[in-house]
Amino acid sequence: MTGFVTLLQKELLRFFKVSLQTILAPIVATLLYLLIFFHVLSAHVEVYPDIAYTQFLIPGLIMMAIVQNAFANSSSSLIQSKMSGNIVFVLLSPLSYQEIFFAYILASVVRGLVVGTGVLLITLFFFEIPLHYPQWAILFAVIGSSMLGALGLLAGISAEKVDQMAAFQNFIILPLTLLSGVFYTVQSLPAIWQHFSQLNPFFYVIDGFRYGFLGVSEVSPYTSLFVVTICFLLIALITIQVLKTGYKLRN
Amino acid sequence: MTQAIKVRKLCKYYGNVRALADIDLDIDQGEFFALLGPNGAGKTTLISIIAGLSHASSGFVSVMGHDVTTQYQDARRMLGVVPQELVFDPFFTVRETLRIQSGYYGIRHNDDWIDEIIHHLDLSDKAQTNMRALSGGMKRRVLVAQALVHKPPVIILDEPTAGVDVALRQALWRFIRRLNRNGHTIILTTHYLEEAELLCNRVAMLKQGSIVTLDSIQNLISDCTHQSLRLRLSSATLPAELHEQLISYSDGYHLLRINSFFEIAAVLNKLRDSGLQVLEMKIIQSDLEEVFVNIMQHDEAGSI
Repeated sequence: MTGFVTLLQKELLRFFKVSLQTILAPIVATLLYLLIFFHVLSAHVEVYPDIAYTQFLIPGLIMMAIVQNAFANSSSSLIQSKMSGNIVFVLLSPLSYQEIFFAYILASVVRGLVVGTGVLLITLFFFEIPLHYPQWAILFAVIGSSMLGALGLLAGISAEKVDQMAAFQNFIILPLTLLSGVFYTVQSLPAIWQHFSQLNPFFYVIDGFRYGFLGVSEVSPYTSLFVVTICFLLIALITIQVLKTGYKLRN
Repeated sequence: MTQAIKVRKLCKYYGNVRALADIDLDIDQGEFFALLGPNGAGKTTLISIIAGLSHASSGFVSVMGHDVTTQYQDARRMLGVVPQELVFDPFFTVRETLRIQSGYYGIRHNDDWIDEIIHHLDLSDKAQTNMRALSGGMKRRVLVAQALVHKPPVIILDEPTAGVDVALRQALWRFIRRLNRNGHTIILTTHYLEEAELLCNRVAMLKQGSIVTLDSIQNLISDCTHQSLRLRLSSATLPAELHEQLISYSDGYHLLRINSFFEIAAVLNKLRDSGLQVLEMKIIQSDLEEVFVNIMQHDEAGSI
């Protein structure tokens, strides 16, 4: 247990020591999104009856920040350790591959939740946000960030260069999160885009999380939970297998 | 007694390239062992497999009796490795680095031992310094310290003194020697052959992924070479009776093979009888470097 706790502490310290970049910057970026879309769209869009656009937007933005930061945490930690070579200290140690997996994932979850909580606390000063089912919100925040933490770990292990990592982040993670219904309801889209959106696992993460706040959602929260859990388990199994075989890490 | 390191029929391929071929190696507990060989001979590959940083293509490796694949956690607890590259985590200070490293090995409160290592490696006034701010030599010391936090019975040093100044090199060896005296098994790779000769009791020489020689330093030096005599004479022609002892003649210097110091007098007598004068004379003692060069060249000739 000590080994796992130490690696977790190390991973937490790693991002807390540069919290300006890892916590504050994403909070500010998310608030900027909020500011812009609030001004441009709040007067024009009604997504659900009796729910203000900001009340719809804010939970989506929070979840987007959570998943993006969860991914950024494990992926950047891994790729930096690989590039600088200090991953060797983890690889030489008797840490089991499960311990390595869970330590990285948990650190990602913490980073995601810290950023998400930061955004939530600040927005609460300015907007009234309902919170119907906090347990659902927390559940989706945890599973969603775990899923992205695992994906980040997998990407960090597979990527050989920093630019491959950046490509993965910019061409896959960013579009999938931006097109997941953070700013609009999927139901408002043309049929073909609705169809594509339903293939996007991030849609279910956001929709389920939003259900916790608003008490309404586009699909049943149980469906979302099912989809997100299956996705997480799938990515986790692949990542654990990759760690077990030593793919790309223990040539 | 369980061997510190046991390697059987170890092979490693990178694609079609054979990095290690059928390595068999036993290193006993308490040995001070050197792995020598030119660059690319497979030293680091062998060390990586022992340390679990790389998987063998086939064969068996154990550390203190623990299989490095099936009992990897036990095997890694027995082993401290000082990597060749100067790697460090720029987020942490020296002390934080060592505490984290202890934690990886399941050790919680290790400050007494950390203080002791830091003291012996002369790092005490750098303990609170960030790793980034350390010089290369200091980083090297921290790497050694990291390998020792869990008091491993077997310590592997992969070219620990490459690019390190003389003072640190000597301090490092004093410390490593003390560890060896206290019962730790030490395995090192080095390019400085005099270092291996000075410190180690047994040597394996690797070439192109195979062990070409495995013996004690004394045996190697006494078996493989002899002393030689370097002479500058008043004439370039050597008396006929000395021809069979001649190793080489270049730049006006004759190099003669002698099997013992007693032969020196005989050589000088023969020279005097031929009316030659000795202008310069030097006795060249064989050392590991000579053995090394001989073995590497001999093997090359044999393989053609």
